[in-house]
Amino acid sequence: MYTKIMVPVDLAHVEKLERALDTAAKLSKLYNAPVAYVGVTAAAPGPLGHNAAEYAARLEAFAKDQGARHGISTQSRPVVSHDPAVDLSDALVEAVKTTGSDLVVMATHIPNVADHLWPSNGGRLATHTNASVFLVRS
Amino acid sequence: MSDAGIPAPEGPSALIETDYEIGQDNITAQIGPFGLDIHNPVFLISGLTAVAFVLLTLAFQEQAGPIFNSMREWLTSTFDWFFLLSANIFVLLCLFLIVSPYGKVRIGGKEATPDYSYSGWFAMLFAAGMGIGLMFYGVSEPISHFSSSVAEDAGTADSWAPLGGAAGDVVTARHLGMAATIFHWSLHPWAIYAVVALALALFAYNKGLPLTIRSIFYPIFGERTWGWPGHVIDVVAVFATLFGLATSLGFGAEQANAGLNHLFGLPVNDVSKVLLIVGITAIALGSVVAGLDAGVKRLSEINMILAALLLFFVLVVGPTWAILTGFFTNLYEYARYLPELSNPFGRTDDNFRDGWTSFYWAWWISWSPFVGMFIARISRGRTVREFLTCVLIIPSLVSVFWMTAFGGTAISQIVDNGYQVIVDAPLELKLFSMLEAMPLQAITSFIGIVLVIVFFVTSSDSGSLVIDTITAGGKVDAPTPQRVFWATFEGLVAIALLLGGGLGALQAMAVSTGFPFTIVLLLASFAIIKGLASEPR
Repeated sequence: MYTKIMVPVDLAHVEKLERALDTAAKLSKLYNAPVAYVGVTAAAPGPLGHNAAEYAARLEAFAKDQGARHGISTQSRPVVSHDPAVDLSDALVEAVKTTGSDLVVMATHIPNVADHLWPSNGGRLATHTNASVFLVRS
Repeated sequence: MSDAGIPAPEGPSALIETDYEIGQDNITAQIGPFGLDIHNPVFLISGLTAVAFVLLTLAFQEQAGPIFNSMREWLTSTFDWFFLLSANIFVLLCLFLIVSPYGKVRIGGKEATPDYSYSGWFAMLFAAGMGIGLMFYGVSEPISHFSSSVAEDAGTADSWAPLGGAAGDVVTARHLGMAATIFHWSLHPWAIYAVVALALALFAYNKGLPLTIRSIFYPIFGERTWGWPGHVIDVVAVFATLFGLATSLGFGAEQANAGLNHLFGLPVNDVSKVLLIVGITAIALGSVVAGLDAGVKRLSEINMILAALLLFFVLVVGPTWAILTGFFTNLYEYARYLPELSNPFGRTDDNFRDGWTSFYWAWWISWSPFVGMFIARISRGRTVREFLTCVLIIPSLVSVFWMTAFGGTAISQIVDNGYQVIVDAPLELKLFSMLEAMPLQAITSFIGIVLVIVFFVTSSDSGSLVIDTITAGGKVDAPTPQRVFWATFEGLVAIALLLGGGLGALQAMAVSTGFPFTIVLLLASFAIIKGLASEPR
């Protein structure tokens, strides 16, 4: 039913992603669909790397680790953004297209007032791509 | 924004190995629905001292004004030689780097590709650097220097004429007036910005240090950079940026109010001014939330087009031939007077040297943490040579052309047509008085007002971005509500000072930070050379 699953990951908060990662792995096995882990970073140095290349290496290691742990086929897709705090949704929309994913599995928080001011990333993916979106409460 | 994943490998660059991890001192918290990611203690100290300074200034208005103003005057007159000498060093350093082999070093690693196209990049750096100033001083400053130079008392101790002026000699006074204005708006200010921007870009994108002012000090302080010496530098940078922006916003509202009164009869009172600040801040908030690409970049590009239209209009409708030839004449006169104007020692034009040049240098330098950091943020992927050409040479030429078109035309209106209205008009109306003497003045004046307002919006927006990055310990992806906080805070400080008084006092305070930052810039010059020497070329 699905040919490729995309999982947006924030490497700074992997502990909050456990359920989403688990769900994605199980769906991957069920449909025999590879998982693409997408991370969005800025080119400026950050906690996850001095530059985009270091970040890419870290994301790749993460994808390999997930593959080995769950016995699934994985890949990584880092996306460099000028302003990740604001452009995250757009970056993810673009990543759905470039990875050719038809299912997005992503962790989500409990909605609050701020969601009325800043639209959720999941909602934006559902309205701006053809992929199905599976939001997983952490 | 790149949609093709990571660009090609960044190629070799000499990373600095440090135990410091970006964000290690940060506090992450959830306040109500909003997430926070702030540097401890830079965020709190900056925020609290800013509030304390505003309250103290409001409470002790009568004492604060004279204290801050005399501090600024004392610094710019006692250390005039220091400001002039340092600015000359920055210009020479930049010119040297353009022609030296260091020019080949690429910001972001040997194979990095530019983040922005030339047009988007230039529009943003120009709008952040001096857009607003050119609107206000493009007409008024050439007239001031021309008038003081041609006046009977030129050369006396009371005169404000540059280099003693040329009493009674209209042609020489005109040349001197334009050369002095161009001196204040071209190579020197841009070299000041370029030094900060290049140092930051180099230490962030090539050396892997956080994008915050303290990183410049790594070659000097080593690991202590991440402790209190670094905290103090970052707090002063936030301070200079916040008060520089808030006080400019306050004065800008007064000037925009006068312009709107002149055009549409909008009453000049506190309500209008507060509404203008609220309006500008609201647009800035929209732009902040839209992000770097959809916000500042787009607004800067729109402003560049509007400014180009206005410039083109003045060129075509004004004395076209005089402007075109004037450009070259003024460049020549600038080059001719440059050694004398930039000479720090043995001069007799005290008023001009201290009151204009030294004040301007302190002012540009106090803005340099903000403008420099913003330019650094958007300049990844350019070579040092490209960077300096676009941050130093091209903006300088644009300034010369702008000053020639606006200032030169205004002087022509006065000298050739005897048009006295400009001379008598207050500072904020001089541009409009000049446009009045030309056709279609309702349209051009309206464009002028829009330009002023949008330039304020881009300043407020890019300033909030910079303050947010510094107070988040160099993280560029801190939660957006933090930027909203700083942009709003700026607007509130401006309103408080406007209503309670003290705009001038705190602006003097902000300009005074130019003195400690001159030392920072000199150290940055040293750090640039040291940093570039270790980079693969």
